[in-house]
Amino acid sequence: MFLAQRRLCSLESRAKFLKTIYSSKILGLPTSAKMSLKITNAKRIEGLDSNVWIEFTKLAADPSVVNLGQGLPDISPPVYVKEELSKIAAIDSLNQYTRGFGHPSLVKALSCLYEKIYQKQINPNKEILVTVGAYGSLFNTIQGLIDEGDEKPVDGKKWSSSDWTLDPQELASKFNSKTKAIILNTPHNPIGKVYTKEELQVIADLCIKYDTLCISDEVYEWLVYTGNKHVKIATFPGMWERTITIGSAGKTFSVTGWKLGWSIGPNHLIKHLQTVQQNTVYTCATPLQEALAQAFWIDIKRMDDPECYFNSLPKELEVKRDRMIHLLESLGLKPIVPDGGYFIIADVSSLDADLSDMKDSNEPYDYKFVKWMTKNKKLSAIPVSAFCNTETKLQFEKFVRFCFIKKDSTLDAAEEIIKGWNRQKS
Amino acid sequence: MFRNAAAISLQLMGPLQRKKAGASVTRCLHQTLTMAKRVQARRLDGIDHDPWVEFVKMASEFDAVNLGQGFPDFPPPDFAVEAFQHALSSDFMLNQYTRAFGYPPLTKILASFFGKLLGQEIDPLKNVLVTVGAYGALFTAFQALVEEGDEVIIIEPFFDCYEPMTLMAGGHPVFVTLKPGPTRDGELDSSSNWQLDPTELASKFTSHTKALILNTPNNPVGKVFSKAELELVASLCQQHDVICIADEVYQWLVYDGYQHVSIASLPGMWERTLTIGSAGKTFSATGWKVGWVLGPDSLMKHLRTVHQNSIYHCPTQGQVAVAQSFEHEQLHFGQPSSYFAQFPQAMQRTRDQMICSLQSVGLKPVVPQGSYFFMTDISDFKSKMPDLPGDVDEPYDRRFIKWMIKTKGLVAIPVSTFYSVPHRKIFDHYVRFCFVKDESTLQAMDEKLQKWKKELRP
Repeated sequence: MFLAQRRLCSLESRAKFLKTIYSSKILGLPTSAKMSLKITNAKRIEGLDSNVWIEFTKLAADPSVVNLGQGLPDISPPVYVKEELSKIAAIDSLNQYTRGFGHPSLVKALSCLYEKIYQKQINPNKEILVTVGAYGSLFNTIQGLIDEGDEKPVDGKKWSSSDWTLDPQELASKFNSKTKAIILNTPHNPIGKVYTKEELQVIADLCIKYDTLCISDEVYEWLVYTGNKHVKIATFPGMWERTITIGSAGKTFSVTGWKLGWSIGPNHLIKHLQTVQQNTVYTCATPLQEALAQAFWIDIKRMDDPECYFNSLPKELEVKRDRMIHLLESLGLKPIVPDGGYFIIADVSSLDADLSDMKDSNEPYDYKFVKWMTKNKKLSAIPVSAFCNTETKLQFEKFVRFCFIKKDSTLDAAEEIIKGWNRQKS
Repeated sequence: MFRNAAAISLQLMGPLQRKKAGASVTRCLHQTLTMAKRVQARRLDGIDHDPWVEFVKMASEFDAVNLGQGFPDFPPPDFAVEAFQHALSSDFMLNQYTRAFGYPPLTKILASFFGKLLGQEIDPLKNVLVTVGAYGALFTAFQALVEEGDEVIIIEPFFDCYEPMTLMAGGHPVFVTLKPGPTRDGELDSSSNWQLDPTELASKFTSHTKALILNTPNNPVGKVFSKAELELVASLCQQHDVICIADEVYQWLVYDGYQHVSIASLPGMWERTLTIGSAGKTFSATGWKVGWVLGPDSLMKHLRTVHQNSIYHCPTQGQVAVAQSFEHEQLHFGQPSSYFAQFPQAMQRTRDQMICSLQSVGLKPVVPQGSYFFMTDISDFKSKMPDLPGDVDEPYDRRFIKWMIKTKGLVAIPVSTFYSVPHRKIFDHYVRFCFVKDESTLQAMDEKLQKWKKELRP
């Protein structure tokens, strides 16, 4: 997904697509031929039409396929979330427009929650924006703050073989006077890395040195496993005023279909995201914002309680993570154990799958592998090279991403498939 | 002196408190100054002002009856509320992502329902896109098709977002004005009287014209474009190879026997028209924020590209509720029990009631053929009270509204908001009322008007 954003922002660097307008009078062409010459798409969407999710979600939609691809929980959201939801349908005022930048009770709840975490006051009206999912926050941020020609070192990651880290020198080399922003994703999708305080400090130092913005995608902020801690870069000295931090209701409460997210940051940045909002969707749906606010109030009151979803979900997922790791290892794979998030990636080349009958040989190995696995093993996943730009695609084309926020029966079905696979191999 | 010193130190403490211990004042000042340099993208130039904010604020401060913003203050019909309740409490998987371009049962029912109306075979997967409200549909259309330097023809007065959306896409708005014809003495003006001059309209098309945005029924005039008027627009679009973006959110709110005609149903228009609709306006549920676009795949594929790179999915449960509501309506369509028949009938009565009431204080309504709104002419007030308080260059209607909110307790919207900047001083003698309101709101309005009337008596 961040590949798409990078393309959105580096329009100048790609080959220009020229749209030619022919005057119909000069050419004297009939109407239908005229139309095909003039009515073309805007340049800004060139090259953005293909989308890995659209392609692979379609494949996995077959009900006989065990879907470990898209990051979509098939577990139920917590009971009290469902209860709040059914209550709000009865409240008439929630059927009409609410405040464009965020329903008042929701921004108040978000402010209350995050004030505890940031250890600072957060103005609910000026420093928070509610968006259509975290995806919408990313869009508003980039549309609001990034111009053509601005640079964003997103993909400047160099992975050393055993520990997945950023090479500080290489990272520093990506910053220059044109660098407008860096997008940071922690916990990271797809690798599952949880950036340490020290790693974040390196990024923070560069942001301050080059006066760069930081767009911190923290949708998996609660999904952190034993021995790890989620750290917010916006809490570092000098970082609040240059950071937009993005969160997601979908990932927080296992309700991806509510499509509610938020951006938190200083007003001098948030106000530009608000301008984008008033010129794009204007306002988000009211009823779900109210339900979300109510769900937050319940958990805000018990943040130290093991029953709080922010604590119980990662516990539940750690068990599933370990089960998934075990299953993949039983196939002879060496999955990268994630410290956070709900995905696991693994190099699948050792399986030596026979991909000879997969058409379109121009596709990367992992694309072909996932299609083969979906068709022949009835198990789906997502090719990791979809998360890479052209430079790094080759490095990752043997990797495939599995989602483990799945109910036990789904993991049981995956286990059956893997056992069968093993039997076939031996 | 003690107190002064404390006050100063508190101010200095403010920024320091926000940072972790150890940050120096110099560093924090430097950072504030650094971030004060221009940070926003150029595409936001000229589009950051929101005309609604001021009035919404005033409305709550003065406890005024809100006849301004366009949303109902009564519930959606029972079948829609039930559909939403059902969507929220049935299959728990509806809490997860659905198909990015639209929940399949919704795109299916939209395709079948509107296919019949437009006389067109509509494919739910290729010709339908679900968006976050019609507002989101408009944005997606502009971003997909309007290029830097493209001209977009906008008919004035216009729903205020068309201009900033054109600008954000790098386009140039080209305005053409609906002009009221003369009215006979003693008769009320009608929205049907407001027309485009065909020669003037034709002159606005150039080789750079990419799109024309057509809003029928029109907000704020309430005009329902006739078939003949649409045929004129259609022939110009075809002649100049221009896309028509048809904003038809009020398509069911049509009165006095007038008929809504979709320009996409005219010969040669399906392939160059995007037809936008709204569940919020259709089912009196503006807070659900579900809209859609219908159009040919050759155009829709570009909207899909924008959609998958902006919000990607729309919320699931709202779509489920809208699908079920349309399924309900499909069973009743064409019969007296249809909400699409009953609702406009009820609103026609409200419209007439409000028109009558407002006339009693000297406001001159323009009777609308459709939509949620009507304008009222305030020229008499302008000549009797020309110097209402306001900013130096503030158009009269804005100053009138502020005065009316403060002193009469009624909120309406100044129509100059719906005009291009150069025309605001010319068209500054109308204000817009929303009549899609509950009986209790109309009573509250009547009480305010009674007071107003008393104050008029010499």
